[in-house]
Amino acid sequence: MATYQDSRYNIALPSGSGGALVLIKTLTASSSGTLSFVNGSSDVVLDNTYRTYIFKFINIHPSSDGNRFLFQGSINTGSAYGVNITSTFFKAFHNEGDSSTGVSYDANNDLAQSTNFQQLNLDADLGADNDQGLSGELRLFNPSSTTFVKHFMGTNNFSHSGDFTIQCFMAGYFNTTSAIDAIQFKMNSNNIDSGTIKLYGIA
Amino acid sequence: MATYASIKYDMDLSSNATGTGGMTLLSTQTASSSATVDFTSSIDSTYKEYLFKCFNLHPATDEVSLQFQVDTGTNTSYNQTMTTTAFQSAHAEADNDTSLEYRTGLDLAQSTSFHSLSNVIGNGNDECISGTLSLFDPSNTTFVKHFTGQFSGYGSGNYNYNSFSAGYVNTTTAITRVRFKFSSGNTDAGTIKMYGVS
Repeated sequence: MATYQDSRYNIALPSGSGGALVLIKTLTASSSGTLSFVNGSSDVVLDNTYRTYIFKFINIHPSSDGNRFLFQGSINTGSAYGVNITSTFFKAFHNEGDSSTGVSYDANNDLAQSTNFQQLNLDADLGADNDQGLSGELRLFNPSSTTFVKHFMGTNNFSHSGDFTIQCFMAGYFNTTSAIDAIQFKMNSNNIDSGTIKLYGIA
Repeated sequence: MATYASIKYDMDLSSNATGTGGMTLLSTQTASSSATVDFTSSIDSTYKEYLFKCFNLHPATDEVSLQFQVDTGTNTSYNQTMTTTAFQSAHAEADNDTSLEYRTGLDLAQSTSFHSLSNVIGNGNDECISGTLSLFDPSNTTFVKHFTGQFSGYGSGNYNYNSFSAGYVNTTTAITRVRFKFSSGNTDAGTIKMYGVS
């Protein structure tokens, strides 16, 4: 007899549509102070349904120069965002003028048992020119575990206001054994002018 | 009554939560002594991300880098302006050399050249390169087009190179075409699959 799990996932998909990614929710910024994915709210699933969740960022555009794109988690369905994070951060950079390159750890952007928001881009300007933005992804592993800390890994590429391309890598863990049931994204100041964040589960 | 789609994904289907996302295989190109491997269709506004998965690309010539460029419309010049980064970790099979370094020889600064996705790869029978390249929102006519990539290569000299690339195509014109090639010589064998991520 087909089980619930069978009927849910183990089905013949139409030709060409096979894949393990399941789109859960799309949020589109429009001068938005925050974008939040809360389990059980507005069709969002962020629980033990999936072991891995992926947030995809498409052309995240700040309302002004000097902004950093951030995220934090919640253990109380978004009542508060401030879980202890310990994380690492490094980046590769190159300017359009070809006078500055490098790859280096960035201690300004990591966290050590901090409840601050984790930076997704460098501690420098995310450019606000019309054609500048940030695209990339963040993976969150097993957020519903009540035994382990919750690991995350992310990378993105963004246009720096000084006409650099900068690729950022961050990883770390929410140092809690409570389930993470919400994730919030925002700029350190001002709004997210435009852009899209998609949440996927890996089935 | 529950619909097929709602049974399938156990969620309400709204305009914001379609539940039908995933990776859709759009094209598979198999190299066979190919000067270039081109994707000239299906790159449009259907998807916000296009993912290229490269499997065992084997160069005909020793010590060559895997490269890519893009183009617009039906153009065939593959010479869009890019600014990019490139860094890698490396480890010799002899275990006598390791490194993590930025590679100024592989990056681009407002250049119309091909971007190198890897350090030099060997052409020994078992030597090749595999990895992924993500191109974000290529049809957008407001923003530059960001990309990120990671490749593991069997380098000439018997090294493993873990190569990281990123950057942007500095144009607000829609990107419709992507070309892969080695810096010299043909792509002797290998497969590249293009997926749309919805």
